[in-house]
Amino acid sequence: MIHSLFLINHSGDIFLEKHWKSVISRSVCDYFFEAKDKAVDPENVPPVLQTPHHYLISIYRDKLFFLSVIQTEVPPLFVIEFLHRVADTIQDYFGECSESLIKDNVVTVYELLEEMLDNGFPLATESNVLKEMIRPPTILRSVVNTLIGGSNVGDTLPTGQLSSVPWRRVGVKYTNNEAYFDVIEEIDAILDKSGTTVFAEIQGVIEACVRLTGMPDLTLSFMNPRLLDDVSFHPCVRFKRWESEQALSFIPPDGNFTLMNYHVSSQNLVTIPVYVKQNISFFETEPCGRLDITIGPKQTMGKTVEALMVTIHMPKSVVSANLTPTQGSYTYDLATKVLVWDIGKLNPQKLPNLRGSLSLQAGAPKPEDNPSLNIDLKIQQVAISGLKVSRLEMFGEKYKPFKGVKYVTKAGKFQVRT
Amino acid sequence: MTDSKYFTTTKKGEIFELKAELNSDKKEKKKEAVKKVIASMTVGKDVSALFPDVVNCMQTDNLELKKLVYLYLMNYAKSQPDMAIMAVNTFVKDCEDPNPLIRALAVRTMGCIRVDKITEYLCEPLRKCLKDEDPYVRKTAAVCVAKLHDINAQLVEDQGFLDTLKDLISDSNPMVVANAVAALSEIAESHPNSNLLDLNPQTINKLLTALNECTEWGQIFILDCLANYTPRDDRESQSICERVTPRLSHANSAVVLSAVKVLMKFMEMLPKDLDYYGTLLKKLAPPLVTLLSAEPELQYVALRNINLIVQRRPEILKHEMKVFFVKYNDPIYVKLEKLDIMIRLASQANIAQVLAELKEYATEVDVDFVRKAVRAIGRCAIKVEQSAERCVSTLLDLIQTKVNYVVQEAIVVIKDIFRKYPNKYESVIATLCENLDSLDEPEARAAMIWIVGEYAERIDNADELLESFLEGFHDESTQVQLQLLTAIVKLFLKKPTETQELVQQVLSLATQDSDNPDLRDRGYIYWRLLSTDPVAAKEVVLAEKPLISEETDLIEPTLLEELICHIGTLASVYHKPPSAFVEGSRGVQHKRLAGSSGSGESVESPDTGSAAGVSEAPPAVIPSQGDLLGDLLNLDLTPTTTGPPPPASTGMQMGAMDLLGGGLDSLMGDESEPPPIPLRTDTPQSPQLPHQSPSPPDYSPTELGGDLGGSPAMGAPFGAPPATMPASFNAPVSGGLDDLFDLAGGVGMPMGAYNPPKTLWLPAMKAKGLEISGTFVRRAGVIQMEMTLNNKAMSVMSDFAIQFNRNSFGLAPAGPLQILTPLSPNQSIEAALPLSTVGPVMKMEPLNNLQVAVKNNIDVFYFSCQYPISMLFVEDGKMERQVFLATWKDIPNDNESQFQIKDCHLNSDAASNKLQGSNIFTIAKRTVEGQDMLYQSMKLTNGIWVLAELRVQMGNPNYTISLKCRAPEVSQCVFQNYEMVLKN
Repeated sequence: MIHSLFLINHSGDIFLEKHWKSVISRSVCDYFFEAKDKAVDPENVPPVLQTPHHYLISIYRDKLFFLSVIQTEVPPLFVIEFLHRVADTIQDYFGECSESLIKDNVVTVYELLEEMLDNGFPLATESNVLKEMIRPPTILRSVVNTLIGGSNVGDTLPTGQLSSVPWRRVGVKYTNNEAYFDVIEEIDAILDKSGTTVFAEIQGVIEACVRLTGMPDLTLSFMNPRLLDDVSFHPCVRFKRWESEQALSFIPPDGNFTLMNYHVSSQNLVTIPVYVKQNISFFETEPCGRLDITIGPKQTMGKTVEALMVTIHMPKSVVSANLTPTQGSYTYDLATKVLVWDIGKLNPQKLPNLRGSLSLQAGAPKPEDNPSLNIDLKIQQVAISGLKVSRLEMFGEKYKPFKGVKYVTKAGKFQVRT
Repeated sequence: MTDSKYFTTTKKGEIFELKAELNSDKKEKKKEAVKKVIASMTVGKDVSALFPDVVNCMQTDNLELKKLVYLYLMNYAKSQPDMAIMAVNTFVKDCEDPNPLIRALAVRTMGCIRVDKITEYLCEPLRKCLKDEDPYVRKTAAVCVAKLHDINAQLVEDQGFLDTLKDLISDSNPMVVANAVAALSEIAESHPNSNLLDLNPQTINKLLTALNECTEWGQIFILDCLANYTPRDDRESQSICERVTPRLSHANSAVVLSAVKVLMKFMEMLPKDLDYYGTLLKKLAPPLVTLLSAEPELQYVALRNINLIVQRRPEILKHEMKVFFVKYNDPIYVKLEKLDIMIRLASQANIAQVLAELKEYATEVDVDFVRKAVRAIGRCAIKVEQSAERCVSTLLDLIQTKVNYVVQEAIVVIKDIFRKYPNKYESVIATLCENLDSLDEPEARAAMIWIVGEYAERIDNADELLESFLEGFHDESTQVQLQLLTAIVKLFLKKPTETQELVQQVLSLATQDSDNPDLRDRGYIYWRLLSTDPVAAKEVVLAEKPLISEETDLIEPTLLEELICHIGTLASVYHKPPSAFVEGSRGVQHKRLAGSSGSGESVESPDTGSAAGVSEAPPAVIPSQGDLLGDLLNLDLTPTTTGPPPPASTGMQMGAMDLLGGGLDSLMGDESEPPPIPLRTDTPQSPQLPHQSPSPPDYSPTELGGDLGGSPAMGAPFGAPPATMPASFNAPVSGGLDDLFDLAGGVGMPMGAYNPPKTLWLPAMKAKGLEISGTFVRRAGVIQMEMTLNNKAMSVMSDFAIQFNRNSFGLAPAGPLQILTPLSPNQSIEAALPLSTVGPVMKMEPLNNLQVAVKNNIDVFYFSCQYPISMLFVEDGKMERQVFLATWKDIPNDNESQFQIKDCHLNSDAASNKLQGSNIFTIAKRTVEGQDMLYQSMKLTNGIWVLAELRVQMGNPNYTISLKCRAPEVSQCVFQNYEMVLKN
């Protein structure tokens, strides 16, 4: 099972180590550094490495490497999932997952890691359970603790640990009972030069924020559940009910959680909300090129496209860009060669356009690779797949909760080839 | 107020200061001090000097402080074992605490302190905790057993903890069950043969129940454990599949993949015509697709596994090509994997889409990725014949971009396309030649040289092109040198008049100026060939090349089966069996998929059931292949290889001139004559047929063309096997011994030739899934080789052909191998091949050994087998009495050999009858003192007579046989044949 964990920052310093069995020298990370140097970009470091005596499985998140050392045959997905869970927990506790925050809370992190894994076996990874054992830091609590000598560690057995609903603690009480659901859809798409869809799919997620007293039992049903090609649920959802009635029946965890993930694949028609007309070309003879991009609405279901943004990774030889946007503003980062055009709201009457010239390094040959456009956008109040919640019912408790469903569509990995 | 303040002390007396604080009376100060210590520890500072002071803080009712001290203890106890003992009392006391959290914490921490003295004290508390009333404590204790086992395995066994752990599998709490399974699995890994996880239907049921209720991590442990179970029948495996299927919708991808493993494995047991089977296949696709939208690291592992799954069951994802399209911001390791799967899924239906994508990728930034994309285009051409033309034109477009590495990569793959579709796309050669100068990578240069050599007759200035390479011969890599040597020899054989000088130059460069033994040896072989028999040289060097197979990088079926059983593990990421990389003593069991027992497709070969059968299957490679090459080489090379090199250019150069003079004449003279029928299997070019390593992604240089293989390739397939000459090949002989019980029946049986049962000649493992078993029969004077060909690979096999090596009696196929229909996966076919005895002769050892090469669309495979010599006994082998007597006397007594046949219970008449069935004729019978003497004769196809005297004594099961023959070598074989016939 998982033997040790090293947290390594962007520049390759180990700033935290935790061993669940015997101590392994940090020199084992040298193999990782070797691979890291070879990969150039930190994103490209292979996640599974083999060394003479250990296996190194790592993830890269928020500019940090979480590197685990294992010695026996362990499912790598198990390790990777767990590492992501560690990062999630740190984020959950401290608001973000960064080196400085981890250093600021190093003892808490250490206690958390100890609580999450025992002898390499996961022990408690549910945020609800962890928070009962080790309380997240708040300014108020640390002040109180210093005054009365209290502690951040709970001394009773977390109730969730062993019940049949481990994700929910008992005795939850709220004055305002509310249950909110956000249906968030991301469009992953590749469009080719001519605007034809090469590939498109929708990744959906339903995030919930449930603050209900007692042990409520909820049922959420959809108008059109058949849309969904593949679903994965929070453990609280009763799978049998889904199979028989296509409704989500569950006792919710307390607070924020991801109720379900779903997937609408390219077989069903995935709506592409915008079209992009672009022309990026470089001259054979002179060290310069032209750029002309226009974006217009395609199928937006009557809603406004907001937060529109275009990101282009330019070829290495492009030294500057002299462009004029009809709307929004653009920046060109010389170091990373990234051109960002921040447009904002899409006005269908007056389509935004960016055009002008690009200059290349003197003497550089015509770039071989075509830059791809990455599109970001947001459409409020609509789930692009057409998924709709029909109703939410509550059983088991007497009070009437506030209920709400919000829809939003975003661009995921939405790229246009040139 | 953050923890970073703990790092701020930089004064020299830091440790001293901490010591003071730890011993402070104030609780709060103490805690702060311990926190500082822990903080230093996490960043790797050595604070072990504070051990006694920290341990003193352990006696506290403050849980946080206690936990912190425990953290410290776990880290440093090993370096301070004596001090650690101080903590034992507190631990033991805590194990009795009324608060289950504290009990669990104590037992958990104790297990983490890897000090022998402490473990002794651990046993009692642990035993109590394993039976604790609180499940939280029990589940913690279960893991503790695994910890303890890691420190002291003997102790755990002696104390009976393993049994207690097994009992916990039936615990009422699912979390306890999951942890018990996890602990047992970990312990079992170091005890591969112990029956720790003894799975039976009852425990399986318990596990399946717990599966629904335990945490996601527990589910992974349970699923992995379930995967090791072998269901009794297809109904049981269906019911397990049904209960596991809901796990495919879990949010945790590790759970999903473990569930996929269980399903993939148990699906093998289900009959394919079952409705449920189809449903299950459909259910597998969406979760696999969803895994690809997760974080890149998860995607990578998922892709490596999908690669296995599509090889085993391509139907699952055949419609999902698009999800494998590469996004430009995917990490490179994901891109490369996706590309691999795209090619695996490529088919006629989607090839247009795939090609368009690949072309797009070929203009990306990342060099590795672009290279692989270009290579993929070539693989598509080879895989989907209809697309070859488009692929070639795409590659030409790419060559026009003049991007250096794209051009080089394109040339390497075009070489493969030429080999797959000979004489089809040569029109592009001109374009390729234009780029000759820009090639700087050995592989591309070698490929280009191969093309020039192979098509020398169509390239006007081939000699100039090759000559230009020759200038820097010694700076080239070995790969290029070898290829250049071969190409020039090819050129010479095609255009002998103009290129003499060139070939002499290259031969002398290779043989005299090179330190590389491969190059030198190859040079000598060519030299020798050209000087002794230019016609033969032509046949060898310009021989038709075996077709390259469509999917060179498919994982071998048996390995694939094993890997499918390891889905989700490291083995599946490396695509290697665990035994290949799991460390040392950790034994690893080979896993095989269980065949479907219900569907009636029971597999005949004995090796499918057990893993042992696979690894011990006899290697069926022709052992004595090297001889001929040996002959070629050991002529008179010794002076040059062992002694000092001869004075430059005198003797050798003279020889070269000479050889080329003589060789040239005969070469040109023979040009019009039809070449004698070449016997491919024994010509030295056979060693360079692609040697099949499990999954070669690319072609090794030696298989580039029809050139002589360098020694590495020869050494690999022909070096090792002779020592382990397969036991099973003797089966026709020894098989008789096993069948003693048939004897009784044999007496009154109608006569007929005895034909040995079929034996396994070529195991599937050696031949990419082609399994051949067979035997020889003689019917009405015709010798036939009867074979059962069984396709155990996943792809259809076709284009079968067979050839024999030269053998003692000139056996050769009388016609082509008649297998007209392609052989689909899991199908078997019977084939009878009539044999003639007019083929070329070479004495074999043993005499009746036959080396066979079988070719199909995938590759060429070799095996050897032994035929019973009675196949060669002709029907008119009965001698006249007088002649018999005269001949018997005529043959010198030195040629007589005597043998004993033991345990034969036939009387003389029955024996005589039986033998006659095999064309062994009794000429006379004499009875002397209760002993029957049978005089017998037989004649071999090549006209050799064998005379025999068989003595049978009543009541004595041992016969004595005397054989007389002018060629005494056959006696041994004849005797074996007697024994075989008489005992069956």
